[in-house]
Parts: sequence; structure tokens; C-alpha cells
Amino acid sequence: MTLDCLGQKCPLPVINLAKKIRNVPIGEIIRVLADDPAAANDIPAWCRMKQQEYVGSPEPNAYEVRRLS
Amino acid sequence: MEYTADPAGAAAYLDAATAAPLHPVAREALLAALADGWADPARLYSAGRRAQQLSDAARAAFAEALAVRPDEISLWPSGTAAAQAAVLGALAGRARQGDTLVHSAIEHSAVLHAARRGKAVEVGVDRLGRLDLDAWDRAVARPGTALASLISASHEVGTVQPVAAAADYCAEAGVPLFVDAAQSVGRVPVPPGWSLLGASAHKWGGPPGVGVLVVRKGVRWISPYPQDDLYRPGAPGALDLPAVVAAAASLRAVLAEAQTEAVRLSALVDRIRERVAATVPDVEVVGDPAQRLPHLVTFSCLYVDGEALLHALDRQGFAVSSGSSCTASTLRPSHVLEAMGVLSHGNVRVSLHRDTTEADVDRFLTVLPGIVEEIRKEAGM
Repeated sequence: MTLDCLGQKCPLPVINLAKKIRNVPIGEIIRVLADDPAAANDIPAWCRMKQQEYVGSPEPNAYEVRRLS
Repeated sequence: MEYTADPAGAAAYLDAATAAPLHPVAREALLAALADGWADPARLYSAGRRAQQLSDAARAAFAEALAVRPDEISLWPSGTAAAQAAVLGALAGRARQGDTLVHSAIEHSAVLHAARRGKAVEVGVDRLGRLDLDAWDRAVARPGTALASLISASHEVGTVQPVAAAADYCAEAGVPLFVDAAQSVGRVPVPPGWSLLGASAHKWGGPPGVGVLVVRKGVRWISPYPQDDLYRPGAPGALDLPAVVAAAASLRAVLAEAQTEAVRLSALVDRIRERVAATVPDVEVVGDPAQRLPHLVTFSCLYVDGEALLHALDRQGFAVSSGSSCTASTLRPSHVLEAMGVLSHGNVRVSLHRDTTEADVDRFLTVLPGIVEEIRKEAGM
């Protein structure tokens, strides 16, 4: 699943990630597209705070998160 | 958004780390020096000599407060100017030994901007904002290192840095260390071992526009600016002598009450750390809980826009600052929060001072959870 947050300012990408991950089956990965400079920092921080797995950034402005719970 | 349920109480200024309110001693000294210290201290007539006496007395007071020699002190138009003069002047003085500046990832932007003038190596911090000492050791020992720069305590999250240990590594490598002590001077002691030290009167309750730079004897420092006809190295041009006098007088006053104030404010910060974590869901209180400045605390609220939070708090009478990107002139998140890897949005820095009361803090803690909840509700969280 891909979540397009391009053009959105933080905290919107993180808010939308938190909403959309509910539709992701546990163990699956969601890819977030975000170009706000805070996303690179705040998406991994969100994963840590909400016990999800930050998989990494496969390309610029793309962040992958695995739903754990 | 409107918050009309609770009438706003008295305004509470909680941003001392940006600018502490003027200490009453500073106000008194400023008024006296405006009347008595307006002349050019370099002139030989009596008004000039009087200004020179005030200038010498201020320098002596700074020297005593910082436990250095009066001729090791120079005065600058701001803490930023002092920090940049420290970095650029010490790099110039060491040009034959090397060209690289080693600095922590959490320096004040004044130092980072100076660092961009040449080669620089950045040393990271951990999640609590503590310097990686092993990486620091390796970096300062590398051939070509001209200078190292370490903030005494983070101005954004309050974590006190291992200055003594960092200074030992610098001494082993023969590299001078600049310590930006803007948040520490007047509040907590700074360990010895540094070669250059910077401070800012604005942060301890002196007037704005006075930066202090100490360059220890034997440290080679070449001014990055064209010099004037005076023999003493320093900022070119006339100083704001009344402000310098007020800064020196207030530093002495602030140091006399520093220990008592540190105990009082540290307890209030503990209360903020505990209550925010307990009453605001999805919040991250950042920085070292123990090795920290007494007066400063920072936290980040998930799903909250930092700018909205600052405005809502302002409507309730609270002045605080934020490291969130939406509140920064650069539209980038704080480099300090990034270096620590902690949440950068919904960020609030609260910094206390001698006029901050327990009632101010309690009222802040009472209104904060509702404000955060309201902003989250608007965002659909």
C-alpha cells in the first residue's frame, strides 16, 4: 500500500500514516511518500513511539513502515 | 480555534532560553551607566576617563565571575557574534596546524554557520542528546584538526554535555576547545579545560546585545574582522558600554542567587517532566532527565502542529518556543531534535527564570492537556 503525502506539511504525513495503517494487515508494509523535511525524522520517531517497525527509506521522499500491532 | 472555557490567567513568559527578562540589577546599572558611561572610553577628558573606569570595572567583574584574567575577555555585540568570533578567530590562529573544525551535531546555529565557512566534522549525540565521546576522541585526534567546538548544554533540550571529558581528549590531541556556554553561564558551573568560552548576557538576565568571549592566555586567536586603532583584540568599533556595565552587574547578581535558583527551578522542571508525561497522551519528553540544565525542558506531542500549539498557548498567556519546522524561519525541523532522532513536530521548549512562579507552572500544566486534545481533535486524531 502506498500513501501519498507529497506536498503535505508535518505533522500531516504522520497523522495520515497513523490513520491509514489501521487498514494495513499486521506484518505488511505501507510506503509513505512525503517531501516535508521533517518526515525523514518524524516517521521513524512515530514508529518508535507507537511500536511499529521503521523499515527504511528506499528512495528520497519515500519511507516504509511495517505494521506490528 | 477558540479556548474560552478557562479565562486566561496572568501572562507567564516561559522562554528564558531565548531571552531572560531583565534582572532588576541590570535595569539599575543600565540607567546609571546611560547617565554616566555614554562617552568614548578611549578619550582623555574626564567623561572619557569615567567611561574607561566603567569599562575596566565591567571587565574585572566578568573576569571574576568567570574565574579568568581581565585581559582574556573581549566583548561583542551579541552571543552569536562572540561564538562566531571564537570559531573563526581560533581557526585562523591555527591555520598552520590544520583547517578542520570538529563540532557536536547540537551546536547553536551561530557555530554551524561559522563551520560552513570551511572544513568541518560533525560528532553525533545519542537519543538523550549526549555527545558521542568515542567519536569525539577519534575526530579531534585526526591530523588536520584545528579547533573543536562543544556547547556546554543543549539550548534546545537542556542536556548537559561532558565538557570535562571532551576537553581531556582535546588536550591529549593538542587541539583548542571552544565551549559555547550561553545557556550555562549564570546558572550552572562550566567545567575547566577549555581554551575559549562564549556567553550571552541576554540569557542570564542582562540586556540584549552583549556577548562575552574568553580567550585563554597562550591560545592563538586572530580576529576575523578588520581591527581598529585600539591595541586590544575585540569587536571593531564602539561598544554599547551601558549595556556592558549592566551585563556585568547582573551576572554578579545572578551568580549570587544561582544555586538557590537552580534548586527551585530544577524542581519545577521535574514537575513539568512528570506531569506532561502523565497527563498528555502520546508525548515524548526529550533530553537527559538527570544531566540537564536546571531551567529548561522540552517535549514533543504526536499529531500536533507546533505553530498551532504555540499560538494556543499564547492565547492562554504562555510564551514558549518550539523546534518544530513550521515554527522555524528555515521551515526545517530543529537540527538538535534531528540529531537526537526524537519527534520534531508538536515541539515545545519551556525555559524558566527568576520571576517564574510555581503558580505559573501549575497553570501551564492545567491548560496544556486540553489544548493538545483540541488540536488533535481538529486534525481528526
